Amino acid sequence: MKRIDSPEDLEKLRRKLRSKKKTDKTTISVCVSTGCVALGSIKVLEAIKAELERQGLVETVNVKETGCLGFCEQGPRLSIHPKEICYFKVKPEDAQEIVSKTVIKGEVVERLLYKDPATGKVARRLDEIPFYRHQVRPLLANNERIDPKSINDYIALGGYEALAKALFKMTPEDVIEEIKRANLRGRGGGGFPTGIKWETTRKAPGHLKYVIVNCDEGDPGAFMDRSLMEGNPHSVLEGLIIGGYAIGAGEGFVYVREEYPLAAENITNAIRQAEEYGLLGENILGSGFNFKVRVHRGAGAFVSGESSALMNAIEGCIGEPRPKYVHTAVKGVWGRPSCLNNVKTWANIPLIILNGAEWFRKIGTEGSSGTAIFSLVGKVNNTGLVEVPMGITLRDLIYKIGGGIKDGKKFKAVQTGGPSGGFIPEQYLNLPVDFDELNRVGSMMGSGGMVVMDEDTCMVDAARFFIDFLLEESCGKCIPCREGLRVLSRILNDICEGKGVEEDVMIVEEIAETMRDASLCALGTTAANPVLTSLKYFRDEWDQHLKAKRCPAKACKALVNYYIEPEKCQACQLCRRECPTGAILGGVEQVHWIEQDKCVKCGSCYEACRFNAIVKLSGEPIPPPPPEGTKPVRRRGGR
Amino acid sequence: MGLKLKIDDKEVESMEGETILDAAKKLGIEIPTLCHHEGLEPYGACRICSVEIEKNGRKRIVAACCYPAEDGLNVKTRSPRIDRIRRIIIELAAINVGGDLSGKFLELAAEYKADTSRFLQKVKVEPSKCILCGLCVRRCVEACWDSVIGFVGRGVNRRIVVYPENASICSTCDHCHGICPTGRITSIGPDPPFPSIDDVLAGRE
Amino acid sequence: MSSLQLERVKAHERRPIRLQGVAAIVNRIVEEYGYDKSMLIQVLLRLQKSFSWLPMEMLLEVSKQLKVPLSQVYQIATFYKAFSLTPRGRHLVRVCMGTACKVRGATNILEKIQRVLKIERDETTPDGRFTLETINCAGCCALGPVITVDGEYHGNVKTHNVEKILEQYR
Repeated sequence: MKRIDSPEDLEKLRRKLRSKKKTDKTTISVCVSTGCVALGSIKVLEAIKAELERQGLVETVNVKETGCLGFCEQGPRLSIHPKEICYFKVKPEDAQEIVSKTVIKGEVVERLLYKDPATGKVARRLDEIPFYRHQVRPLLANNERIDPKSINDYIALGGYEALAKALFKMTPEDVIEEIKRANLRGRGGGGFPTGIKWETTRKAPGHLKYVIVNCDEGDPGAFMDRSLMEGNPHSVLEGLIIGGYAIGAGEGFVYVREEYPLAAENITNAIRQAEEYGLLGENILGSGFNFKVRVHRGAGAFVSGESSALMNAIEGCIGEPRPKYVHTAVKGVWGRPSCLNNVKTWANIPLIILNGAEWFRKIGTEGSSGTAIFSLVGKVNNTGLVEVPMGITLRDLIYKIGGGIKDGKKFKAVQTGGPSGGFIPEQYLNLPVDFDELNRVGSMMGSGGMVVMDEDTCMVDAARFFIDFLLEESCGKCIPCREGLRVLSRILNDICEGKGVEEDVMIVEEIAETMRDASLCALGTTAANPVLTSLKYFRDEWDQHLKAKRCPAKACKALVNYYIEPEKCQACQLCRRECPTGAILGGVEQVHWIEQDKCVKCGSCYEACRFNAIVKLSGEPIPPPPPEGTKPVRRRGGR
Repeated sequence: MGLKLKIDDKEVESMEGETILDAAKKLGIEIPTLCHHEGLEPYGACRICSVEIEKNGRKRIVAACCYPAEDGLNVKTRSPRIDRIRRIIIELAAINVGGDLSGKFLELAAEYKADTSRFLQKVKVEPSKCILCGLCVRRCVEACWDSVIGFVGRGVNRRIVVYPENASICSTCDHCHGICPTGRITSIGPDPPFPSIDDVLAGRE
Repeated sequence: MSSLQLERVKAHERRPIRLQGVAAIVNRIVEEYGYDKSMLIQVLLRLQKSFSWLPMEMLLEVSKQLKVPLSQVYQIATFYKAFSLTPRGRHLVRVCMGTACKVRGATNILEKIQRVLKIERDETTPDGRFTLETINCAGCCALGPVITVDGEYHGNVKTHNVEKILEQYR
């Protein structure tokens, strides 16, 4: 690769790449991000390649490996350009038909198109799918168009133009001013104004400064950062270089969590390519600005996502937080000013520089500009990554984009902000989603996890889940967090097992207050949020566990019994075969029956039954067994 | 450069680099600590030194041992809220200490009227008599660079272990004795105060 | 405590390792990172990846060559989930226990795997075939419940196809 020495050279390269692209060559792009790969997209990719080879089309058709489009539920996803036909749930066996029909004849393979379960309408293109129709995707859109391993793809789409603009047409102060005017707030969850943070680091004394990308996305239920890092690493890198220039940093770090090997691979590759082009390193684009970037891999610790802990880890020390009453923006890595931002914050920078602060402010709300990326998961019909303007209501997110609750169940709560956030009940569904509104109801934006829970989710159990998560992830340095979580976990486990007493609620509140006020870092100070919101909005469920020893959602194992309804049982043996303890009695042509003493409540029978004959009971007596030899009542239409 | 701040309504002048704890000392106001030592970097782990500060009209709880003295700061070292926080921290720490209280910890428990058995009854763990304040570990590193004792594990599984490899560098500096706030480390008795790393990893301690 | 008292700690109890040339292996990696102390975690990650566990001798070597206190090496090796101080099985099964997987039944999947392999979390089967761990989010939330085996993802796992998935790994 030839070094690019000026903005003019970059422009020349871009024109060259674009003109090459102009040819109407068909391109098949296959998603190879973690989600689709889990569903078998690599095999699809290989099958497509083999089929093209077989039909002698290797020269005429491009195959591209691209990043995540967000609709992971429907993967593996494949799109065919320039017609923009999008196929979902593609299997390797479909390769032949796709090539013969769509590539050669231009016909659509109807059964691979997305079909709206609500209306039955099929969609050829992405924007015809309800999941995408309500989204605005400045950050994620390019994931589909570029091969994350190719810097040329990124440059062809306008990549590094913002960097050239910043370096040659703006002073560092101009850049910071632009970011301030855009009112970009930290996408890691805190929502701190990015421009002000940059300015603090710029003005802090010392000539060695650092900029850091935080890709230690540990919140359970969130994978936005992973998708951006895997799908469009250059956008993050470009933002970081611009930030380095604005802040006056000579070195940047990218911290990637251990569980994201592909993200680490792609950003490492992106750094190498940018170095070869002279977009990183000495004298970037001939501007005289020097900047280098190093990738640090995490080793599996949620608390390392906290800024001071992450900086400790970069220094090679234990990834536990340090007291940071002097902000890390002033005293960070090796005691030097260090500006740390989330992946999405950095990825927003090139867009703001290129399109201007006004463009950015037009998206979103007064207090929170721009888009937010959520990972909409849990019990919704359409799960995946969604990018929406700030201020969209929870209802629109869950029902218009998410397609409502799975299996026609009833909505109970949505959990945002991961372990630091809280549960939001139905009464707040019309809440516009932005940093401030979520805080107001006791939750927070967090990095963007949005887990939808339905009537089958027990809110005490869900609170316990987060406490147990944090108990495992707390570094154990400070007493309120370490010991507070230990006691909270014990109490919540007791309640879920029907062993709770009413004073427990008081203890929970007492400890929650101390943790919030006195813990060392944000992991501890926010740890009680899930418990407190659960208590606040779902007190009745707590009382049911405490007083009636009953779990209304029938999710707490110790409080649930499985029972086979004799009228519905078809004596098909399916559940008997699945039962690991032999607790199910009843032979052929004999209604089945669960021996409660032997039952370990694993739920295998419940999952196996095709006749909905197995039900869960909680806090109610189990009816006596049917007389031995009871014959099943055959149902019409049954097997 | 002098910084003027108020602690419990008394004015005090402090210097850049000093903490609230340092400033309070000048006034003779005692703020309790468990993990603090004058010769060591502030650590901020026990949180017993929590105080309430008021800055630009906003109130906040901070750890006095780490928070730098600032001009115009208004600090309260005792209030029902602070006492409650300290009491609960003592009660939480007592899970590790167990029933056999001694030394500084015993004094604090009495002063804040802490019920040191109530959480232990809930969680039912074997008390180790160590609250992981890290004083001994930090003093050991300071005394011999490559320490003889150190932390392993995280969260509730965090503990202090002895590295047999380094036993030979242990001089009788006695740095780790007198500072233990719970009396776990005593100079009497032939056994090392903590289990060896091997025993801990093998689950034998 | 004095050095005399410390000798009572039984140093001979440690497991002998059958690894030749630990010093040379560690040296190669440490050199690659330019003897940079801040690369300690990266060095350990590399060793962990190559050997799938970190024998004691290796940690001692890292401490010596990188000139980092032994206590710091141990603290890091026991703090992070990626490191294992005991040998792992040939295949590493990780069950995602993230929120999204949890609300879709990850607990049942974990229990099923425990029953099938007859081991608990963080244990290795006696034949050394599988080690079972949990992770708090694999970042594949749309496909929950998710398990990974040797880094390969399996999405939408059901209790009755657990055996089939594990069968693929001999």
